[in-house]
Amino acid sequence: MSATGLTIAVPRGALMGGTLDLLDGLGVDTAEVRSNDRKLLFEDAGIVTMRPSDVPTYVEHGAADIGITGKDVLLEAPEREVYELLDLGYGRCEMVVARRSGDDAMGESLRRLGRVRIATKYTRIAAEHFARTGRQVELVAVKGSVELAPLTGMVDGIVDLTATGKTLAENGLEVVEEIVTCTARLIANPVAHKLKAAEIDAVVQALRGATS
Amino acid sequence: MIHPIPAGTRDVLPDEMRELRAIDERLRSSFADAGYGEVWTPMVEYEDVFAAGVSDRSRVTSTDGATRDRPGASGGPGGASPPTSSGFRMFDDEGKVLALRSDMTVPIARVVATRFAESERELRLCYSAHAYRTVGHRTGQQREFLQSGIELIGVPGPDGEAEVVALALSALANAGLARHRIGVGDGALYRRLLEALEVPEESHRELLACLTRRDMVGLELRVDALGLARDARDLLVELPELRGGPDVLERGDGPAGDALARLRELYAALEARGIADRVILDLGLVRDLGYYTGAVFELYDPAVGFTLGGGGRYDDLIGRFGAPRPACGIAFDVQRVHVAQAAEERQR
Repeated sequence: MSATGLTIAVPRGALMGGTLDLLDGLGVDTAEVRSNDRKLLFEDAGIVTMRPSDVPTYVEHGAADIGITGKDVLLEAPEREVYELLDLGYGRCEMVVARRSGDDAMGESLRRLGRVRIATKYTRIAAEHFARTGRQVELVAVKGSVELAPLTGMVDGIVDLTATGKTLAENGLEVVEEIVTCTARLIANPVAHKLKAAEIDAVVQALRGATS
Repeated sequence: MIHPIPAGTRDVLPDEMRELRAIDERLRSSFADAGYGEVWTPMVEYEDVFAAGVSDRSRVTSTDGATRDRPGASGGPGGASPPTSSGFRMFDDEGKVLALRSDMTVPIARVVATRFAESERELRLCYSAHAYRTVGHRTGQQREFLQSGIELIGVPGPDGEAEVVALALSALANAGLARHRIGVGDGALYRRLLEALEVPEESHRELLACLTRRDMVGLELRVDALGLARDARDLLVELPELRGGPDVLERGDGPAGDALARLRELYAALEARGIADRVILDLGLVRDLGYYTGAVFELYDPAVGFTLGGGGRYDDLIGRFGAPRPACGIAFDVQRVHVAQAAEERQR
């Protein structure tokens, strides 16, 4: 059995380093996870690794008891039945609306055509943001580098996650609206939350101490 | 050629049907042995029957103000459903609006208030029937599901609840489960706490919505923003996290004491029946249905990550159809029980 008595879904990518550091603090042996980036399942450590957007899926289905993922992922998948237990503070990013620097295509589109065209990977967050601010929007879902979309004239602006704003600036884009700040969150399966209450509470207590 | 069936519905073929039927039979025979008589009600009802399932007050507590207070918006987990109708509606030849039932509790409340209006006796009713709800289009969520359950009418307080909990546990054991547990909480507990701590009324809705969404981070953030005294703040954040054995009743004691006293009585009744080891007391348990007034239940099995069903006490519901009676009940999602039974079998 792992040190925590739980199976933990760990996100690969930007959140992985910070997550493994936290798990070290819980007494989980993360050495093998750090040294082997092809393996996905680490039974001795009680860790499964996956892309961040899959973490709520595995946790909802109980394949992992708890998991760590970004708030952006949770906002994009609100129908997932998981507990959101803790704001872990790291992996801080901003969900923003950006456009070509100095170019008011968004304003002009809205005025003359009655809607803005926005490219994004986060269609739910974007749809809700524009609905809340009373603007009609035509969303274009893209998978890869969103920065390209306004440069080619396909859209008036983008909704995307940015940590430093560097990639945006390098592509001649500027932030015009900040939608929400996203950090890493601890989530739990609703049944594990009841049946493994002591184990989960111990993790929450330890992480509260570590992150505050 | 592909002839699709609607998302969230399914065909059941003989191998599965045999097992499903066996489980359903075992649940029903448990209910029958305990003196519960089976009823059928129409699959469609006039829409206003379901509107009675939601009071103004529960509407506030069970919604986040966005999608959930629209009739038919998708409900919560295992057995939870939208507080009004299923969301599936049709017109009859006179232009009246009919709705597919979203659960059996509301139709049975109507039956009790109309067919048994003169009766003062205790009533024990059970059912096994399909119910319907609109859900998001993703795998695993059913728009049509088979519910099996019991309603105990006319037995107030912990006696009634303990009978329902005990029968739910033994029926699941009879259906082949060995490791199932039941979460027991009080649906009115957190609202009581908010009132006792004099949290401004306009914040209640948001806080309860966080709890219903299981968003503990959002809950803490909003509680912090209220600027309460340290004790009150801690209680509001920590009480819904309390779950486990009877010690949570001590740890949660305070302004919500009366609701906890009810839970303590219920726990004593469950101990007396020798089933307390199956019970998880859960002070954060809320059900996403409009009609619960006291104790609420949720069923779990460690072999699966979803709830198998749930229920609770609904002392106001039958009165909304004109003949007030205390009542409580519980329902299983039969297909989920089947999945849990198969998963337990694999893990043995």
